[in-house]
Amino acid sequence: MGNTLFDKIWDAHVVSSKEGFPDILYIDTHFIHEVTSPQAFDGLRKRGLPVLRPKQTVATADHNVPTWDQHLPIKEELSRYQVDMLTKNCAEFGVELYGLGHPYQGIVHVIGPELGITRPGGTYVCGDSHTSTHGAFGAIAFGIGTSQVEQVMATQCLLQSRPKRMKIEVNGKLQKGVGAKDIILYIISKTTAAGGTGYAVEYAGDTIRSLSMEGRMTICNMSIEMGARCGLIAPDDTTIEYVKGREFAPKGEDWDKAVAYWKTLYSDDDAQFDSVLTFNAEDIEPMITYGTNPGMGIGVTQHVPVTADVEPTEQKSYANSLAYMGLHDDESLIGKPIDYVFIGSCTNSRIEDLRQVAEFVKGRHKADHVTVWVVPGSKQVQEQAIAEGLDKVFEAAGFPLREPGCSACLGMNEDKIPAGKYCVSTSNRNFEGRQGPNSRTILASPLTAAAAAVTGKITDIRELLAEGELVG
Amino acid sequence: MSTKIFKHIQSTAVPLPIENIDTDQIIPARFLKATTRDGFGNNLFRDWRFDENDHPKQDFVLNNPTYSGKVLVAGKNFGCGSSREHAAWALSDYGFDAVVSSFFADIFKGNALNNGLLPVQVSDEFLAKIFDELYSDKDAQIEIDLEQQVIRISNTGDEEAFEINAYKKACLINGYDDIDYILSNKALVEEFEAKR
Repeated sequence: MGNTLFDKIWDAHVVSSKEGFPDILYIDTHFIHEVTSPQAFDGLRKRGLPVLRPKQTVATADHNVPTWDQHLPIKEELSRYQVDMLTKNCAEFGVELYGLGHPYQGIVHVIGPELGITRPGGTYVCGDSHTSTHGAFGAIAFGIGTSQVEQVMATQCLLQSRPKRMKIEVNGKLQKGVGAKDIILYIISKTTAAGGTGYAVEYAGDTIRSLSMEGRMTICNMSIEMGARCGLIAPDDTTIEYVKGREFAPKGEDWDKAVAYWKTLYSDDDAQFDSVLTFNAEDIEPMITYGTNPGMGIGVTQHVPVTADVEPTEQKSYANSLAYMGLHDDESLIGKPIDYVFIGSCTNSRIEDLRQVAEFVKGRHKADHVTVWVVPGSKQVQEQAIAEGLDKVFEAAGFPLREPGCSACLGMNEDKIPAGKYCVSTSNRNFEGRQGPNSRTILASPLTAAAAAVTGKITDIRELLAEGELVG
Repeated sequence: MSTKIFKHIQSTAVPLPIENIDTDQIIPARFLKATTRDGFGNNLFRDWRFDENDHPKQDFVLNNPTYSGKVLVAGKNFGCGSSREHAAWALSDYGFDAVVSSFFADIFKGNALNNGLLPVQVSDEFLAKIFDELYSDKDAQIEIDLEQQVIRISNTGDEEAFEINAYKKACLINGYDDIDYILSNKALVEEFEAKR
């Protein structure tokens, strides 16, 4: 019997496998940031241990950082303290830090791939659930808790039980205006927010294969939103082309050797999965969410489900969700006025996302009552956007380009959505209060978010795209 | 470094019958700015417990003096969302020793086990029985025997076995942790690195 892609990578990283114990899994690169690392560094100090492999540890400041006037000291005292702590900890333990002002600074899941640190066949962890993003390269990438951050710092290993394997295939041609974000919101709406729990999910099929690396990262990023341990996509020419020439990518002979290995990374034809799901790309509309978890999504033209149709034990929670969102049974969201649009987060803040939005908003302008935040994923994305003149397009449209960070995805910095306001967001979570206490989040693709900004309401992007317009 | 040693709990319980409770509800992101593990209990379920003026919301169960105890009983898919371990710290710091649900998110479950907070996964039917019992008798006691892997409703004698990873169970009972275990295998790690 053949092997799955996941098992090939896992087996290549097992240090020790002992009956009755989780495997000791070797970690190639550990990404850290200011929020989930301070207690871990503290733990090392208490144990009198160093960071075992500081050169395999990469740090950035992203969760707390302001997205305006980043050259000034951080105003909010606790945020500043946490970022300062990261700086001190990295200096003390010999870890390279891409902090504020560094040309490589940015959201941890954006900088790993763009610097060529994330590669096929590797193992990556970070104290952040969206570490699943890196699986887009054909890698195993887990979000971990702070005790495990300490564990990886101390040992360069992670104690883990092998998850079950699921394959999700998407085949067929996408409709105009439908992209990677719509695919993953659609999948999660079908699997529910818990449907992937206990699984490593491999995405396959010709629709997935046709996606760019940015699109694949969007898909894998949200694997955690169905509860999956990680998501991954077998590497191919698209992957290899993307990694080639990046700052820390292998060079010369090392490159040739690496590519030869990467070409062995696929699930064998006779590999067995514990679960297989198949979807048709043609069935996927532009998606939006109406509730308070990412599984509560619908095609933009569909209606909010009726409470009576929900599982009896879940009806109360369901009704609470709709009440929180200010929505009711069977409501159509098309035409619903919105207040904020956030384009950013580790799901959709890459250069391709910004290019797509810029192409659509060129010659258009945001609605007067809408506030728009465009937050690039990294300093490099910001600079690339400026070099391509996207900042000018955004400015003319009333979409100022801000500075990189996690921003309004979770509102740890100043970028919070006020109570009761609706935000169409390209981020990954619509949990209660996620973007600010009592804020209301509607998850969508960058194009659907841009359409909402321009019209001031929830809009079917397909209606705005002119005949032959290439966007999407 | 040893962690909390853990074998048996008998306590009253707090019912929270909501599905998909994510870690942003358990501890909102804006309270993640501390650099130590302490004090998160004050902000446990912050936005469900307090209004915008920091006044307790009377209809939330933690503000209801009827219910208290070391066991939180919650709807399925508890702990989904962010990997923040602060959620487990907040529950422990508030005074919970165990969370009972019919389903746990993976990362939360791991975080809880690493912090001496026992996630006890029961069937949907048994969960419903616990809720029923708590609503008919607020003083109903829940017993959790980690060694036997059994959860019991004291009043009725209803009980159910629960699963726990054998290694994690040994860690909790003996008070040792993953770092101790991997460090005891350090030679294997170095051997692995040398072969690559």
